[in-house]
Amino acid sequence: MNRVLTFFNETGLITQFAARYFRELVKRPFEFKELLRQCYLLGNKSLFLVVVTGFIMGIVLTLQTRPTMIEFGAEAYMPSMIGIAVVREIGPMITALICAGKIGSGIGAELGSMRVTEQIDAMEVSGINPFKYLVVTRITAMTLMLPLLVIASDTISLFGSFLIENMKGDVSWTLYFSKVFEVLEFGDLIPSIIKSFFFGFAIGLVGCYKGYYSKKGTAGVGKAANSAVVLSSLLLFVFDFVAVLITDIFYEL
Amino acid sequence: MIEQTAIETPSVYTDSTDELLIDIRDLRKSFGKNAVLKGFNLQLHSRENLVIIGRSGSGKSVLLKCIVRLERPDSGLLNVLGRDVPSLNQTEMDLLRADVGFLFQGSALYDSMTVRENLEFPLRRHPEKLRDIDIEQLVLEALDSVGLVYAVDLMPEELSGGMKKRVALARTIILRPKIILYDEPSSGLDPITAKEIIKLILDIQEKYNTASLIITHDMDFARIIANRMVILVDGINYAEGSYAALNNSDDPKIKAFFK
Ligand SMILES: Nc1ncnc2c1ncn2[C@@H]1O[C@H](COP(=O)(O)OP(=O)(O)OP(=O)(O)O)[C@@H](O)[C@H]1O
Ligand SMILES: [Mg+2]
Repeated sequence: MNRVLTFFNETGLITQFAARYFRELVKRPFEFKELLRQCYLLGNKSLFLVVVTGFIMGIVLTLQTRPTMIEFGAEAYMPSMIGIAVVREIGPMITALICAGKIGSGIGAELGSMRVTEQIDAMEVSGINPFKYLVVTRITAMTLMLPLLVIASDTISLFGSFLIENMKGDVSWTLYFSKVFEVLEFGDLIPSIIKSFFFGFAIGLVGCYKGYYSKKGTAGVGKAANSAVVLSSLLLFVFDFVAVLITDIFYEL
Repeated sequence: MIEQTAIETPSVYTDSTDELLIDIRDLRKSFGKNAVLKGFNLQLHSRENLVIIGRSGSGKSVLLKCIVRLERPDSGLLNVLGRDVPSLNQTEMDLLRADVGFLFQGSALYDSMTVRENLEFPLRRHPEKLRDIDIEQLVLEALDSVGLVYAVDLMPEELSGGMKKRVALARTIILRPKIILYDEPSSGLDPITAKEIIKLILDIQEKYNTASLIITHDMDFARIIANRMVILVDGINYAEGSYAALNNSDDPKIKAFFK
């Protein structure tokens, strides 16, 4: 019973936090310079990890599905299947989970330690709105950068998959990618990109929320970082579930 | 330089040449069931060094935070530089904050920024204080006041505790506040460095003509710097007066602070 209450309480507080984000997002003065810096930092920090995992995912997925597809004599459909799986689901989800682990925890720890060492209070007394300067910039940067990271991950995944197809099945570059783009439509790409914006927003929101309201003490910082990862990963799956339900309605039409 | 006037009650302190900068009456603040301030009174006049002492956890930091509205008091009068703090809007509050410097208990330097960026940061939002002044000039001057010009490009993690305090002090005075609130400026420092900080505080006061509200546990520090002292016990201003007057008191609760 207590846990249920905590859950609803927490949900309410995060919703309030999100509402404050939107209110302060449109209020002057804008922190453009800091936003750009955050975009660069967040993107740069996770690009390498995202690209490596994307590449491995592409290879692994191809290696594992290939024998089954051959058994069914559906070898020719390999590129299309991998293309759809990567773009619709695996690319956004893997990238988002990695960013939740890498960036969500980073934001949680960073803001948490700024809270604990009174840096946030110091900003406030020097007349700078810490919510705008720290929170709005980070959530916005994450929302903008995640779709770009997803595109990078998708591309490299397909490239990894192509390498395997090329080695094992002698499929040429042109053949592989013409097959991929034969089935991939904007109807696959657009929902996946939109979904990625929401994923980015969720990661930034939860990381900032946990850090901004971190409890005092070093333990508080650790807890902020940890629960940022747990909660944002959970939220990613919920968002993904909702996104699939919605896109499914559109496919039916 | 240090004048000591024996005052027993707050109402007696009325030197007509001195302006009233902070006026706190019957201030109350609780966190849930924990009542921290229970009707606190305090007046700070211009050119005054007022020292507040009290046991750990008695609410000294909370009091300072109320003055700059990092915490909102539950009730009571809280007047700073003639403005009623609880009722100001955000813009008015930010303007007022430019006149009230705050030295945090743990220095609170921004650890992702260099010393220079730390000092420039408060200037960003106060263009009215800058007009034609060269920012670089201002930064170097503030660092010069604390003797740390050479550290301008270092990161906070490369500084010792005493240096951090001095950089934090430089960051506080860069906006030329009329009042500076010091939350334990000498805590965690060796006695020699603590003396240096005292000297700095007195220098700064002389140079910029500020009034100071100083929290400390260090009675030597208090003896040197205080024009007047307030003892915070049980959430109220339990006693008030010069160091000498309080030192001679017979009240056991006051005596406990003077050993
Ligand atoms: N944000 C807060 N939420 C809940 N309780 C708080 C908060 N801030 C302070 N308190 C409580 O208020 C009381 C006074 O705290 P405060 O930090 O003002 O003590 P202090 O006099 O500055 O002590 P110290 O000398 O150790 O710094 C403490 O009991 C503390 O637990
Ligand atoms: Mg304190």
